Formats: sequence, structure tokens, C-alpha cells
Amino acid sequence: MSYVKLTRDQLAARIAKDIHDGAYVNLGIGMPTLVANHLPAGREIILQSENGILGMGPAPTSDAEDFDLINAGKQPVTLLRGGSYFHSADSFAMMRAGHLDIAVLGAFQVAANGDLANWHTGGKDDIPAVGGAMDLAVGAKQTWVMMEHLTRSGESKLVERCTYPLTGVGCVSRIYTDLAVIDVTAQGFKLVECVAGLSLAELNSLSNVSIAP
Amino acid sequence: MIDKIVSSIADALADVCDGATVMIGGFGGAGMPNELIDGLIAQGAGELTIVANNAGNAEFGLAALLKAGMVRKVICSFPRQADSYVFDALYRAGKIELELVPQGNLSERIRAAGAGIGGFFTKVGFGTDLAKGKEVREINGEMYVLEAPIHADYALIKAEQGDRWGNLTYRMAARNFGPVMAMAAKTTIASVHEIVLLGQLDPEAVVTPGIFVQRVVKIARSATVASGYKAA
Repeated sequence: MSYVKLTRDQLAARIAKDIHDGAYVNLGIGMPTLVANHLPAGREIILQSENGILGMGPAPTSDAEDFDLINAGKQPVTLLRGGSYFHSADSFAMMRAGHLDIAVLGAFQVAANGDLANWHTGGKDDIPAVGGAMDLAVGAKQTWVMMEHLTRSGESKLVERCTYPLTGVGCVSRIYTDLAVIDVTAQGFKLVECVAGLSLAELNSLSNVSIAP
Repeated sequence: MIDKIVSSIADALADVCDGATVMIGGFGGAGMPNELIDGLIAQGAGELTIVANNAGNAEFGLAALLKAGMVRKVICSFPRQADSYVFDALYRAGKIELELVPQGNLSERIRAAGAGIGGFFTKVGFGTDLAKGKEVREINGEMYVLEAPIHADYALIKAEQGDRWGNLTYRMAARNFGPVMAMAAKTTIASVHEIVLLGQLDPEAVVTPGIFVQRVVKIARSATVASGYKAA
């Protein structure tokens, strides 16, 4: 059988579909930021930005950019009606105490026990930078991962045990990849769905870990 | 009479000594007190420990301070940026010490210092390299890490409006670390775009009450520019 991987935008739309009306959500820098472009119409979803914004809106037109109003990736954004500003400690209190419903984060690796590695490859010349990743991973009510299933060299990013330095222990509840949606359960990875034309046996063989039906 | 307004950036920074710990507000370019940092470079104190979220962009502001060789150690959450090449080179050459701190631990450790808290337990970082060697404790069945407050000799922050009592307002997301850093430093120096008369700030809108601020200096109003911006 043949299958087609989801594009980044299709993957972002797939994740957005699962975000409930009224959810408070933080989208990590990089690929997760795309989810904001696909939030379903008719749902009020409030985006939080770690630098002190609740109710973050889309990017402004280029003539309306204001660099006092930027997202975590330092790109200009807007504020929705009803939005608010606050200082960094309040912003991180929102994450750290479980006030946020969902954090969507990128990942280098996710392990079968829910361990997440996304901040550092551990390489000697790699400048480490963690930002808010550890706070989000541990603090949000649910931590979802958005990533490509395989690395560029074809290795699975789903692993039995993370080999990269950890961001958080047992913190991931669900993984969305360009091949499948997978829950992390007490028994390990469990398939929710995969792209059309891809069998669980093929997915398991690509992943090099066991994903239960 | 209380008058915290100082007439120049040079006067505001005159007593910064070698070896001081200096907090610098800002997230990317927003709230980054570049004028005060330029004043610190001109002032010339060395062997500084800098507490900030990032470690500078291109060769202005914090990056210029690093490039001038005035910084011994940086405590921050996200040094790596699209254009953080000054820090990157110093770090790789072993010429600067880095204490990498998750951003929420950074802001909370600063807040703790400002609130007289001797330390706190947090779940963030447990089981990771950034908690290595730190005391851990099980609380209600979950594992927590003990984190210490971060105090500073000076905080350099950028606010929007200020008065002679040191009351401050901020603009949009330029607020970020300003309010907690103001609380945590022995001497907080705020640059503002507008100095107003006592009573002109709406008391309901004051974000940093004047007790946390020692010096206020007016700078020219200018638009914040992009920094560390990496096109998606």
C-alpha cells in the first residue's frame, strides 16, 4: 500500500481540530506556531504567549508591526479584543500551575513513558537554550507534541528511551506526527489514527518501537 | 521630598562597580533597555554577572556589552538566537560562563528574591540536566526541585511612563521581566519615555509601585526594533 505524509499545514490543521472551545493554549516556537492559522471557526480559543500575552491574535500587516507586541519567536503579533498583558512571573505561573489547558511543543524525541527531549542535542558545540520548554512541558494540563515522525536521516523520533537530554519526565500525553496520532498511555504508545494507506505494521516497523492498536 | 528622577543615564549608572550582578529586562527587543546598556558600556564596570532572558542580538545592546568584554557570567534561559553570534563565540571559546535556567524558574527565582522568599520547590526541571545536583523532594506524590532566589545589585529596565516617586507603567509585551526585576535588585534603574507629574498616573494602572524603583531616567521615544527575529 502507498501513503502520503501530511504536510506541515495539514498536520497543524489536524491538531487544531482537537482543541476544544474555550481552551487556553500555548503554541511552542517553530512548527507548533502554525496551529494558530488553522483554529476552527466558531470556537473561542485563547492563545497565551510566554512573554506576557493572553489573547494573542494573528500577525499584523507589515505596516502595522509593533515590536513591543511580539510572540515567543519574537515575531510581531496582534492582541485580540479582551486580551491582556502581564509580567513574566505571572505568565509562567499560568503554565507552571496547570492553568493552561494545552501546550503544543516540538520534539527531538518522545519516549514510550512520555519523556520529552526538545531543548538540546547535547552536542559539544551546540549552544543550549531552554526558554519556556521545561515549564510548558511539565505545567500544562495536557502536553501535545507536534513533530515529523522520522528525522531527516530516517530515524524514528518515537523511542523506547530518550537519548537526548530530557525536557520533562513523563509529561507528553499525545503525539501528532505527519504519519499518525498516538497517545502515550501507562502501557506505552497507543495508536489513535494513521494516514490513509499506512498500516499499523508498517508504522511500527518505521517507528522501531511498539505502538499498540 | 522624594525625587528619583535623574538627569542623565551616566548619573543613573555612576556607582556600578566591577563584579556587580546586573539584571537586564526585555524579551527579544521588547522591554530591552538598550539606552541603559549603552550607558553601562560607557561607564566601564567589568566582571559583571548579567541576569536576562536572552544573551544579546547582533552587536547592539546586550551583545555589545558582551563584546566589550565586561561580562563574566550570564544567567539566562535562551542565549541562542538567529543572531546571537557574539555570545556564541565567547561561549565556545570558554570566555563566558553560562547558567542556563528554564524561563519560568528564572522569572520565579527573580520574583522570590523580590518577595523575600528563601527558595521554592518546583516540578519544572525535575529529572533533567538543569536540575542536576539540586535538592529534590516528594510532595503529595510528585517530585519537586529546590530553586534558590536570584538577587541583583542593579536592575536595568525599560518602562513607558514614570513619576518622581518611581511609579511605572509599561507598554504591551515590553513589560515582561521589568516588574519582577525591579523587586529583586538593590538599585533599580528604569528608563521611561515620559516623565509625568505625581498624580498623573492612574493609580489603578501603575504596574510597578515606586517603592521598587530607585532611579528614573528619561530617554527619547523610539519604536522598538526587531531583534533575534528569525523568519518562520
